[in-house]
Amino acid sequence: MSIKLENINYAYSVDTIMESAALVDINLEIEAGSFIGLIGHTGSGKSTLIQHLNGLIKPTSGNIYYNGKNIYDKDFNMRNLRTHVGLVFQYPEYQLFEETVFEDVCFGPKNLGLGADEVRARAEYALDIVGIDKELYNKSPFEISGGQKRRVAIAGVLAMQPEYLILDEPTAGLDPGGKGEILNQIAILQKEKNITVILVSHSMEDVAKYVERIIVMNQGRILYDDETRKVFAHYKELESIGLAAPQVTYILNKLKESGIAVDTSLITIEDACREIYDKMAGAERKS
Amino acid sequence: MSIIKSTRLVYDYVRLSEDEKSEEISRAINGVDIEVLDGEFIAILGHNGSGKSTFAKHINALLTPTEGTLWLDGMDTQDREFLWQIRQTAGMVFQNPDNQIIGTVVEEDVGFGPENMGIETGEIWNRVNDALEAVDMNAFRKKSPNKLSGGQKQRVAIAGVLAMKPKCIVLDEPTAMLDPLGRKEVLQTVRELNRREKVTVIYITHNMEEVIHADRVIVMDGGQIRMQGTPGEIFSKVTELKSLGLEVPAVTELAYCLKEKGLQIREGILTIDELVDEVCRLSSKI
Amino acid sequence: MIRDITIGQYYPSESVMHRLDPRVKLFGTLLFVVSLFIVNSFLGYIIATIFLGAIIYVSKIPLSFIMKGLKAIILLLLLSVAFNLFLTKGEIVFQIWIIKITKEGIRLAVFLAVRLIYVIVGSSLMTLTTTPNDLTSGLEKSLHILNKVKFPIHEMAMMMSIALRFIPILVDETDKIMKAQIARGADFESGNILKRAKSLIPILIPLFISSFRRATDLATAMEARCYHGGEGRTKMKPLKYAKRDGVAYAVIILFLVVVLAESIIVPRIPALSIFVV
Repeated sequence: MSIKLENINYAYSVDTIMESAALVDINLEIEAGSFIGLIGHTGSGKSTLIQHLNGLIKPTSGNIYYNGKNIYDKDFNMRNLRTHVGLVFQYPEYQLFEETVFEDVCFGPKNLGLGADEVRARAEYALDIVGIDKELYNKSPFEISGGQKRRVAIAGVLAMQPEYLILDEPTAGLDPGGKGEILNQIAILQKEKNITVILVSHSMEDVAKYVERIIVMNQGRILYDDETRKVFAHYKELESIGLAAPQVTYILNKLKESGIAVDTSLITIEDACREIYDKMAGAERKS
Repeated sequence: MSIIKSTRLVYDYVRLSEDEKSEEISRAINGVDIEVLDGEFIAILGHNGSGKSTFAKHINALLTPTEGTLWLDGMDTQDREFLWQIRQTAGMVFQNPDNQIIGTVVEEDVGFGPENMGIETGEIWNRVNDALEAVDMNAFRKKSPNKLSGGQKQRVAIAGVLAMKPKCIVLDEPTAMLDPLGRKEVLQTVRELNRREKVTVIYITHNMEEVIHADRVIVMDGGQIRMQGTPGEIFSKVTELKSLGLEVPAVTELAYCLKEKGLQIREGILTIDELVDEVCRLSSKI
Repeated sequence: MIRDITIGQYYPSESVMHRLDPRVKLFGTLLFVVSLFIVNSFLGYIIATIFLGAIIYVSKIPLSFIMKGLKAIILLLLLSVAFNLFLTKGEIVFQIWIIKITKEGIRLAVFLAVRLIYVIVGSSLMTLTTTPNDLTSGLEKSLHILNKVKFPIHEMAMMMSIALRFIPILVDETDKIMKAQIARGADFESGNILKRAKSLIPILIPLFISSFRRATDLATAMEARCYHGGEGRTKMKPLKYAKRDGVAYAVIILFLVVVLAESIIVPRIPALSIFVV
């Protein structure tokens, strides 16, 4: 079970209005069940890449396989693919349109042609995952708070019950509280519902905290595709393309340069705290 | 000299119900006393709905208080006579870069404010040139705003405000919609202006990393000021900040964690270098 | 299809036409269109053709580019030609079944076609050589007089320029919303007209709401920058006439005089009757 991209190239086309960078020779496999971070500065090709994954953009050349089937085969059902690969765009609350929160979340399942009961069940399931209370079901989606709108919009995609979920900067513009809520819910989805998650993010802190593998894009190419810690070890190279590593990486590296032998591969605050403390306490015991 | 001063500022949003019979009142600001000195860099923190944006709109009379008074450079913002003078004394930069640029060419947008003020043509050009220079956007002056990056658009918006020669700039979450590069650009530009041109800055954000260089941080919650002090003082109160729905910068959080574990780390650490020095100081003692 | 319309587009170049004051071009276009309806003889059309040809030459815009603009009106053109050709009564030249083609019909159809084409080419020449900004300030200044009858000409011009700025943003936004709804399984391509129209609701409502939000934001931003209508407002780029604008006015007036003279004199002089059809 995987999505596999083979030699994908995408050239700028005058016909598209979207700001999209070209893609050059992309080879990639996304295994079911993983939690992947996709990073790269604006215009590096991230948005173009994720739109390939559910067939919204057709590559100029190359093939994409969903569970081994070529999605550009004549008999491949593209709408079917879109139910399996859910895509949450940036600022997804801008796509809300129904009169009530609940009806809006029903839009996706209805499009799949499901029966009324199944549609309701799916909408309830999705709203439950993102933590929207029943009291909000009959409210207008334009009257709730920004963070709630964002979660309703994400529920709109979850109601399709995708196996893969791609989120393009799901926390952009939210305050710290709203950010934390959404990221935690996504983490739960990945762990408990076994959904494969691809998180596009500008925040290295968030990526460090949640994902197990990072894909770094630069000028339409994949620069790194590896375990999170290994990618952040290249923090100097990341900086040269306008990215950075988490703050923790810098602190640990500087400590090491100053002669404190800490493990520089750690990337979360909790790990770094334990490591620094252990080294200091250890030194104390020795002395 | 204080440039902004408010006493017991209150603001109620009034929303009419659909049948227009009953009104729903929600208090966005509830008794804010603030004094900002000329040339200060003030950061205002607070989660969404804490009242920080509503307060910001009072500074240049986009909103006027329900109760209490706000003076900008000595002018009462409720006095309609001073309205245009108030708006040019305190310029405002908003969150969405697309929705505040009016001109179809960069330089024409920067000239929009001075045009409205009735300044003569030659002087408009001088001001536009100076403003574009100050935000380092001269190379883009003939471009369409639609062709710029988010950070560049915000710099144009800042130039548009600067061309009105304000004493004070209010920035309402100017980096919320930008990528890290754009954030850096905007923050650097604003800090430069504060340092070089001595413009008073009111910087509203919920990105903690952006406020560590401010002269003073004000934390708002429920329409009131909950905390006030230097960044070091504010960020040493980690649990209090978290209870207000805010975070602390990653460096501060790590320092706090080490302290909790029992290391003698001093309070108010904000930058990587400070933390590294502190840890080295402790380890050399051992 | 939409890209075929060259009316309203700007073609960047460095010609005298491009440098002319927008007011001259607006005035010129208006007079040219009026003159086309005065002209009623071959000689008149020859004069108009020479004039238009000269302008195209001076503007340095490739003829083929200008002609592309005609694609958009080809249906309208054919339709009006057909109406005139088949429905005009008079001296019959040709007849199949009940379709009669008359001498008067041919004359009317040809003249109408030429007129329409010249109107389109003439007005697209104006927009092709004038930036949208110049065009709006030209309009504002030329129609200044309308202020006297309380017509909000400044506000109209401001609206035009804001529309020009936001059209590309909204086009982008439409594309994004459409993709987002497709990702939620929406189908915009199949079904009958009613079903397709209904399927547009998930695009139109978000677009509407977002436009309102942008409009509110923009209004606040404009207010914050001291905007209070056209009164007491100065201009960063005020329109100023140069020598070439005077010359251009003279040429335009001369053209109108020639056309007028031709339309009065030619039909009255028997020796020139070969030019009258």
